[in-house]
This record gives sequence, C-alpha cells and structure tokens, in this order.
Amino acid sequence: MTAAARLHARGVTLGYGEHVVVDRLELAVPDGAVTAVIGPNGCGKSTLLRALGRLLRPRGGEVLLDGKRIDELPTREVARALGLLPQSPTAPEGITVADLVTRGRHPHQAWFRQWSRGDESVVAEAMEWTGLHGLADRPVDALSGGQRQRVWIAMALAQDTDLLLLDEPTTHLDLAHAVEVLDLVDRLHSRGRTVVMVLHDLNLAARYADHLVAMKDGRVLAAGPPREVLTPELLAEIFGLRAVVLPDPVSRGVLVVPVGARRSDARDRGPRNPTT
Amino acid sequence: MSAPPILARRALRVGPASAVWRPRAVLVPVALVAVVLLLVALDVGRGDFPISVPDVVGTLLGGGTQVDRYIVLQVRLPRSLTGALVGVAFGMAGALTQSVARNPLASPDLLGISYGAAAAAVATLVLGGGAVGGLFTALGVPLAALLGGLVSAAAIYALAWRQGISGFRLVLVGVAVAAVLSSVTSYLLIVGDLNRAAQAQIWLVGSLNGRDWAQVLPVGLVVGAAALLCPVTSASLRALRLGEDTARSLGVRLQRAQAGHLAAAVALASVAVAAAGPVPFVALIAPQIAVRLLRSAGPPLLAGGLVGAVLVVGADVVSRSVLPSTLPVGVVTAAVGAPYLMFLLARGTRASDA
Repeated sequence: MTAAARLHARGVTLGYGEHVVVDRLELAVPDGAVTAVIGPNGCGKSTLLRALGRLLRPRGGEVLLDGKRIDELPTREVARALGLLPQSPTAPEGITVADLVTRGRHPHQAWFRQWSRGDESVVAEAMEWTGLHGLADRPVDALSGGQRQRVWIAMALAQDTDLLLLDEPTTHLDLAHAVEVLDLVDRLHSRGRTVVMVLHDLNLAARYADHLVAMKDGRVLAAGPPREVLTPELLAEIFGLRAVVLPDPVSRGVLVVPVGARRSDARDRGPRNPTT
Repeated sequence: MSAPPILARRALRVGPASAVWRPRAVLVPVALVAVVLLLVALDVGRGDFPISVPDVVGTLLGGGTQVDRYIVLQVRLPRSLTGALVGVAFGMAGALTQSVARNPLASPDLLGISYGAAAAAVATLVLGGGAVGGLFTALGVPLAALLGGLVSAAAIYALAWRQGISGFRLVLVGVAVAAVLSSVTSYLLIVGDLNRAAQAQIWLVGSLNGRDWAQVLPVGLVVGAAALLCPVTSASLRALRLGEDTARSLGVRLQRAQAGHLAAAVALASVAVAAAGPVPFVALIAPQIAVRLLRSAGPPLLAGGLVGAVLVVGADVVSRSVLPSTLPVGVVTAAVGAPYLMFLLARGTRASDA
C-alpha cells in the first residue's frame, strides 16, 4: 500500500565528524499522516529529523522534497513548505508571545513588508488554535513549560507549511501538558498537514501516530501502523525491553506495558517473588 | 460577543510596505537624537574659549562673530561630530556582533578587533613617514584599519573555534588578543617616533584631540550607509536571534547572513578606530542600554548606535568640564565600562550558563 509521499530520505548516510550515525536509510513520509519516529537513545532519530528538515547535509544519499533534492531548492521555498521545531528551542530574552509567533512569518516577509494583513490574520489564527488567549504581550520566558511549547508550535503554525517536523515536542513536559500538545498536533494534522515527530514515550507514539518508524543503530527496523510495529518481539529487539502489548482501553490502538525485573506480577511467578 | 481580540497590535501600512507600530521604537531614537544634539552643542562650547549653547546654535545657523565661527566650525565641530559618529559606529558594531553571537559579551572592542584596527592604522602612519597629508590620512588609514580589523577578527575566530564557539572562550581569546595587539601598537608608536603624548593617547586609548574634518568623512560615509541599511539588517537580525536551527528552518541563509553582519560590524568598528582610536566599552555597553530603553528582544541597531553617540560625546563633555584635567575620551568610557563588564561577568557565572 503506497501512500503519496512528498518527503523522502533515499539511502541517506548521516554523521558528525568521524562518527556515522545513520547508514543508508530509506524512508518515505506519508502525506497527511502523523509519523512518529521511535528508538533507543543514540539510534539517530533526531539526526534523521534534522536531515529531513535540511539542517544537516547527508554524506551519502539524498533527501527529496517533491522529487527534488532538498539542498538544491532555494532556502525560502523549503521554509514555505516545511517547518521544523528543534529540541529545546531558545527564545531571545524578553521576547513577547506575539512577537515570537510572528517570527514564523519570516519566509513570507520582506524587509519592508513586516506586518501585512495576511501576516496578522495568520498569526491571530495560529494563536487561537494553540489557545494563547490573553498571553499575546507576556514574555515567553515567564510562561510554564507547556505554554511555552504551545507558543513554539504556534510559531511553526504561523509559518503556514504543509509539512511539520517536531523534534521531541513533549520531552520535559508533564503528562498532562504532553497530551495537550499532542492533541494540538493531531488537530493540525486533521486539517491536512503532514507531521513527523520524534517521540520518546512509546505509548504516546502508539496513541498519536498513524505511521510508526522504529530505528536502531541508524537503520529503520520496522515501519507501519503502531499495532504492527509495537509487538513484544520487536520491542525486545529494538529496545531490549521485555513488554506486554495490550489493547488500549481508551483508544482503538495498543498499549505497551513494560515487564521489569521487579514489581511485575508475571503470570507464571507467584506474587512478590524476588527474581532469580 | 465582544471578547477582546487575541492580538491587539497597531500596524503601519503604506502601500505594500508594512510594519508593527511600536511607539517606543520611534520615540526613544527621537529622544536620543535630541540628547546627542544637545551634548554636541555643549561639547562644542567647551574649551579655553568657552561659548554658550545658544551662541553655538546661533553660529551653526549662520550667525556669530568671526572668532566664534572659526572656533566652532573649524576646530570644535569636527571634533564633536567625530565623537558622535564614532559613537554611532561603535554602538551599531556592538549591536551587530551581540545579536549574531547571541551573547552580550561579544563586542568588537572586548574581542580585540578595535586594537587590531588601531595597530594597522599606526603601522600605516609609521610606514608612511611621520607627517602624512590629508588624502592619505583620509583614505589610507581607514582602509588599513579595516584590514587590521578583519585580520584580527579572523584570528580570534580561528583561535576560539573548537567544534563551535562558546561565549567565555571567545571572550578569553579576545581579551588575550587585545592585549597583544595593544602592545604591538605601543611598540610601533615608539619605533615610529610617534610617541608624543597626543598620538599615543589616540591609538592606545581613544581620543578626540586634534580630530578634524578629514576624520569625519570616512566614518560619516560608513555610518551613513549603515544607517540606510538599518531596516534590511534589522529584519535579518530578528530571525537570527532565534538560534541557528530555528533561523535556518525559517529560511535564513545562515552562513551568508552571519558573515555579512559580522563583516559590517568589523567595518564600522574599524572606521571608527581610524577616526578616534580604539575607544573602549562603547560597543559593549551601548547596545545593552538600548535594549533596556526600547524593551526589545535583542540589541537594537539604530538605538544602539544613538546611545553610543550619547556615551562618547557625553564622555567628552565630562572629561572637559567636570574632571580637573582633560583626559582622553577613552579613559572616561573605560571608567564607566569596566565596572559594567565586571557586573556582566559576575552575573554570568552565578546564573546557569545559557
């Protein structure tokens, strides 16, 4: 089943200095879907996302956008099609929410055209979508972690791109805020956007992804719908994790329940037995 | 249903052009220009033959006695004007480097670029033979200073680079390079027999003594060009301030933009050094004062330049009226700037590193 894909990684090899992190990786990002990339620490998922977002030049292979090499396209054109939210972005000290969200309009602006009517309506809508009422003139560094993340997403929204890449958008957020952010991302995608996000939490990935890509050691080991990828065998192989996969009682997806050496009442052992 | 609008900002729109209406961004620069003009009028009035501010203004507008006109137009105005233009140049250079480096410590004077420009300027004077004429001074020295500034900037960058640039290492390398270049300048001054006190003051510390119209022209031209490009530059800086990754994902050609801004900063600082020597701390402090006045997100370009002018001309007024003996303007700016630098460093080590 081949879905249309505007963004492709073809045989991509990526590295920093002497170190190769991703080796001849193939990935087609399905249009209009939410793709989550999961994998153990150091597997190359953030590196891959940066390459897809044109922040890292591949040593081998190519990243294609609409069939053309992404590093040969004009920078502005790419910025109008593809937005990337890096891990832990830094806001200049004292910048207000409205000003930061407005920066997202940069690829559509010129030095003499810094606040057109179009800019104004897009920014207002982006702030509506992310629920930033009453916060327009507050400094971003005075907000809570969840609010700040919403502001960055509003900025990416204001960029008005069809493709959105998010590098660990929920790390450092408590569960409630993480769910809030992912609900927002899902609403964005429901309007036709393609989303690729790197996630640490397997269950959030299982809940919010249409397409799951599991990486290990710089290669894709499995890609497909979450219930196909998140099997106990694959979890053991990729993460070295012993886990039970259950139907999610809240959604129609799956739930990963880890089995640890302790505090796990396994069926074939008595309760509270110390592991041998 | 009358909920308050989510975004309550006024816009300034004329045809295709548009900008956010920010009252502070207009009022503060206007107020600063007024302060600069007042300080220039005060400064022009100072000296062995004091002239009151109303008389100065009268002379500038075409009136005044023969003596007044000579003193104001031939002797003192070029000096004060040089001071103001040098202040604008240093202030803008500081705003540019601090924005690109995203570090309030990154300024051309602290990083030794000014001293590189000074050393090159002195080398030119020494090699050109002690008594140099108008055209050579007007063209040769600023160009040499620019070359010196660019070479020292490249050297500092290369020495401080280790898989990237960290704020403190950059400052440490810069301070070391500044010390070396300052010694080179001293040596050249002695070898070139230019070690008369006036010349030494200019090239080691920064001074407005003996500055005439030949100094005003080059720095005036460069500052004028930079001021005209302000709107374009400011738009680019706004995106750069978000960090390298975010800026690139917004479509900024990062290397090109950073190189362009830094080259402009070196050019501004170098041409200012060619006019008045390496006046310290103006490039460091002026942008930071401007940020606080404007309540902006990063060091503003135009306001930073204007605060720089206030600092230099103000320092000149202070040194010529309040202090018992006339000190070179660089000494006064250092007296204000050094405590500020210590405060910045102390605050930096106490808070967690950004």
